[in-house]
Amino acid sequence: MQSGLATMPAEELSAGKVRRRTPWSEGVRRLRKQKAAVIGGALVLLFILTGLFAPLLAPHDPIEQNLANTLQPPSAEHWFGTDDSGRDMFSRILYGARISMTIGIFSVLGSLVVGTLLGLIAGFYGKWIDTLISRIFDVMLAFPGILLAIAIVAILGPGLFNALLAIAIVNVPMYGRLVRAKVLGIKQEEYIMAARAQGMSQVRILFRHVLPNSWTPLIVQGTLGVASAILEAAALGFLGLGAQPPEAEWGKMLADSRDYITTAPWVVMIPGFAIMASVIGFNLFGDGLRDALDPKAQ
Amino acid sequence: MGCKPVIRYTARRIFQLIPVLFGVSIIVFAIINLIPGDPAQVILGERADAESIQKLRHELGLDLPLYQQYGNYLLNILQGDLGTSLVTGKAISEELLPHLAATAELTLFAMIFAVIVGVNVGIVSAWKRNTWIDYIPMLLALVGVSMPIFWLGLMEQWLFGLQLEWLPVLGRNDPRVTVETITHFYLIDTLLAGNYEQFWSSVRHLILPAMALGTIPMAYIARMTRSSMLEVLKHDYVRTARAKGLHEFFVVYKHGLKNAFAPVMTIIGLEVGRLLGGAVLTETIFGWPGVGQYIYNAIGYRDYAVIQSGILVLAVIFIVVNLIVDLLYSYLDPRIQYK
Repeated sequence: MQSGLATMPAEELSAGKVRRRTPWSEGVRRLRKQKAAVIGGALVLLFILTGLFAPLLAPHDPIEQNLANTLQPPSAEHWFGTDDSGRDMFSRILYGARISMTIGIFSVLGSLVVGTLLGLIAGFYGKWIDTLISRIFDVMLAFPGILLAIAIVAILGPGLFNALLAIAIVNVPMYGRLVRAKVLGIKQEEYIMAARAQGMSQVRILFRHVLPNSWTPLIVQGTLGVASAILEAAALGFLGLGAQPPEAEWGKMLADSRDYITTAPWVVMIPGFAIMASVIGFNLFGDGLRDALDPKAQ
Repeated sequence: MGCKPVIRYTARRIFQLIPVLFGVSIIVFAIINLIPGDPAQVILGERADAESIQKLRHELGLDLPLYQQYGNYLLNILQGDLGTSLVTGKAISEELLPHLAATAELTLFAMIFAVIVGVNVGIVSAWKRNTWIDYIPMLLALVGVSMPIFWLGLMEQWLFGLQLEWLPVLGRNDPRVTVETITHFYLIDTLLAGNYEQFWSSVRHLILPAMALGTIPMAYIARMTRSSMLEVLKHDYVRTARAKGLHEFFVVYKHGLKNAFAPVMTIIGLEVGRLLGGAVLTETIFGWPGVGQYIYNAIGYRDYAVIQSGILVLAVIFIVVNLIVDLLYSYLDPRIQYK
């Protein structure tokens, strides 16, 4: 890996124009050099913007039925065709991006916040509190992820918010363990001992020194986590445990249209492609972030 | 003397599982108790009268103090009693057995498919690094890990079942024929009965769901094998093997794979969880009568006793498989000490 200095043109160096690069700007520079990460980032941005501006972009109402116009193939009027209720598939896909991005991003934020707090406490304070939190994580990780999410939604009842909550709860241990491991390493560093020696409070050390040094793996894992969360939300929607009709959620759209796979295959194919493209976007971007921000993890 | 550390290590790992199993039992037990409102009312629906609600509460033991409820639950599952289905009234342990065999058959074949294809694709990619032989499989692996499993299943049904008409798309075997069940594994039962036509039918029914279920783990295994092999192929002993004139195939498969396999084993263990979770979706699409479909149907009927037991059994299987993987990991990589 070349340093920022090594890649500078000789004339700049000789003229004394040495710009100091922060680790972040160095990371962004490395990220922009990776084609796959740029494609991933563009896909992520596309889906987020689509979700944000769905009401402006959608040519039709996503839930308005038109029974005289059911299962129409893609055309100039309906770019992605219509579904079994005559609803415009293109508009539903656009609104679906809004739901998937919301669930993906907010569930990850939820599990990130809770997982980070628990990981910080466990790693920093150690002793019985670490044992307790770690054992809780072990138990949660003993369940296959989607199965635990199904169990949680079975308890709380089906619905979009409960699906989001279930996905967030299931993924808490992943972030918790990550932060705990990072904290255990940082705790022994000299600057933490120095902060202690200066009489800095435990909470201040945690939030001023330990947490900022744990950001990198969390950002990477969080980006990849959005990809998994989108897949999990679609799976719950497909099983009828997530979004409820007439919401335009991609997994639910797939489940509702599976009976028409022979007569109108596009109603099954298009939502699947949408899920896959958004997940590929977050996966590529996450992989690129890891390579750019954390070169040691390559 | 030599095997003592292995036995001690195994015993300790099993001992460490006790608190995890204990925690799993608490979570599964809590499923019914965490239902908002009165669980008996939720199960029976809004129109149920007070008398039947009271009766169900008594049957489920919900009228007892919580610690007593949990004590009874733990005692029952330790004796192999998983309770009674609220819908069929039959013992869940009996109902679960054929479903469990169906899931085991499906996940086993999905895993065999994932390991054989994934490991070989990973090896060839690492071997032919930075060529099209590397790029194309790795691009497909990226698509594989990004694909919703249920969509892949539907697409397979559409292509191989409905368009090409190569393979059946629903069930475990020809519905017009009854398979005489002994082990509940259809491939074994049809062979034991000497019915080769049915055996072939069962194999054909297994291909699409096993491929759908195995594709995502396969993609992860391929990616892990590639990166692990790339690491190993840099080492001096690989260079020595090449220098002494060993054929490249043996260098890669004998020296490379042997040393690269330990991390791949870990991924395989973790992927079992994905397979068990994915089974719920795959079984629903392919009408495969496994535990996943059993749980899915129970959710529809609000049969919480079945939901609890199904999830408990799958979680325990996942824990046991991970224990086995962990022990194998230490066996495969002797540098790992039995501490």
